[in-house]
This record gives sequence, structure tokens and C-alpha cells, in this order.
Amino acid sequence: MAKPKLKEHVINLDWCKGCGICIAFCPKSVLELDEKEKVVVARAKDCICCQLCELRCPDLAIKVEME
Amino acid sequence: MPVKDYIRERFFPHLWCPGCGHGIVLNALIRAIEKLGLSKNEIAMVSGIGCSSRISGYVDFHTLHTIHGRALAFATGLKLGLPSLNVIVPMGDGDALAIGGNHFIHAARRNIEMTAIIMNNRIYGMTGGQYSPLSGYGTMATTAPFSNIDHDFDVVDLSIAAGATFVARTTTFHVHQLIDILQQAILHEGFSVVEVLSQCPTYFGRKNKMGSAADMMTHYKDQTTPIGSKAKKENPALIERGVFVQKEMPEYCKEYDKIIERAMGRSESTPIS
Repeated sequence: MAKPKLKEHVINLDWCKGCGICIAFCPKSVLELDEKEKVVVARAKDCICCQLCELRCPDLAIKVEME
Repeated sequence: MPVKDYIRERFFPHLWCPGCGHGIVLNALIRAIEKLGLSKNEIAMVSGIGCSSRISGYVDFHTLHTIHGRALAFATGLKLGLPSLNVIVPMGDGDALAIGGNHFIHAARRNIEMTAIIMNNRIYGMTGGQYSPLSGYGTMATTAPFSNIDHDFDVVDLSIAAGATFVARTTTFHVHQLIDILQQAILHEGFSVVEVLSQCPTYFGRKNKMGSAADMMTHYKDQTTPIGSKAKKENPALIERGVFVQKEMPEYCKEYDKIIERAMGRSESTPIS
């Protein structure tokens, strides 16, 4: 199976509460918190599309869209 | 179907605190239902009172938000009335095992087909952090400022003893396992209990100095192990996760139908004169 290729991370900033779970468990440290304590994509190129951020988000605020 | 088609978006962002494990259970439940390909009309979610029970407000199924501890009693009535429904009963540890302790053991004993999800955060979050029957000896809570002297239930042992025919445990850290277990539990023809260790960073975490939500989830990763693992033999303090019991027993609604048939047959053969 071909490696999934990232299209984009869709983050719903109105729903994100900045708990940091997605950041803590991202195996590639793709995500960070910004000054407003909302999640932002810092290193999109490193994303391996494992979707663990999406599955562990308690706020249903992040979606990993693939090509 | 995308996740947003299973939820009532107008109520989001939800009321749970940042990092609350209950949101992860909601997330996993939606994905389990999506994987099973169930239509929203086939599912009825019945909940009681507490942080966890608010989950029924966020999903776009048939939902009943009932009274404290009595979700299983309402669910039993609903299931007997409409046995074709997939009934899911999300409960908190206090709702299921303190206030609803009797309903819980008897629903398990009857083996009525429904899925009881116990979102175990070891505290009463909504009312300010009082200790629950699952807080455990030596923990701190608002109502146990000098530490709790009550021992906790083991939900898995209790459910097995009460007669549940599907019993499993996992955590909010192990999301893939959580989705898989929820699917198995929903498909199981009998009373299913799924205990999900779910972090409450606001009360249980803060009172017991367990750090952030991510720290609490790391704790679940470190303190749990698959059933029967080598690690468990070396360190008996580890909490086992996986499917403990999965067996076939006569299901309550089906047995009730047989009783109706038997009674109808008898009344026809012996008409009232």
C-alpha cells in the first residue's frame, strides 16, 4: 500500500481548547500551541498521516486530510 | 460518513474541560459506529447524570437524558419495547456504580442486549470533585482532603460476577483498541460492559497531582498492559486491558418473546368459558 500523503490538517479553532494531547502524542512533533493556546501545524512536512491527533482529540477539532 | 454527520454541531464546542477523556470516548464511539456502518436511526443512546452522561446531547442518534443512576432502567424499558434498536448506555463511574449500582448488577444479570460504557474518571467531576466508588484507597478528593479510606470496585470483576456476557477494559490513550472494543461490544448479543479509564485533569488530576491531561494519558500507557502479558506477571500492580469475557447466554428480549408466545398459545388452547 502506498504511503498516505498529507493534503492538510483542518483545525477547528473555535472547538480547540488547547489541551495539548495532540501535541504530546504526535510521533513526529508536527503540532505546536500558538500564543493564543490553540493548536497550529508547525512542521506539516514531517506528518506521516497516522491520524493519532485526530483520534485522540477530545474536542473533535482536528482532521488529517489525505490526498 | 464524516464525523460531523454523527454529532449535533450546534452544541459544540462541548462543555467538557480541556483535555477531558470523555471527549476521546465520544470521538472513538463515533468512529466505531461509522466502521460498523450503523445508521443513526438504529441507535438509541440512554444516559443518566454527570459529565459523562452529557455525551448523549452531542450525538445525533435517538437520545434520552434520564435521571441519575437510572439510565439502565430506562434503557431496559426502551429495549423491551423496541428490541431492534442498538441501545448504548454511557455512564460515569458514580452514575453506574454508586447511584446506579443496583440497576447495573441486575441489567448484567438479566443479560439484556445493550452496551454499557463506564467512563471511569474516578471522581464526581460535575459537582466539584467528590470521591466516587472508583476513586480508590489513598486518593485525594474535595470530600477527602486527608485522603480517601474507601476501597474501590474492580469494574471488570464486578461485571463478571454480576453475569455480564461481554466485559472489556481499555483507556483513552489506547484509541485504536477503544474503537475496536466498542465495535465488538455493540455487536455482542447480550449485556456488554466496556470500562474506559478516562482522565479528569480538572479534579482527579489536580487533586492527586497527576499533571496535565497528556501526563494522565501517559500514566495509562505506563500502568496498563494487555491481558495475560509477561509484564503483568512481573508487576502485578499493572492494570490489564482487553476483552475479559465474551460468551453466549440466552438474551433477555428474546427470552421474553418466547414467554409471550407460550402465554398466547396457552390462552388459545384454554378459552375462558
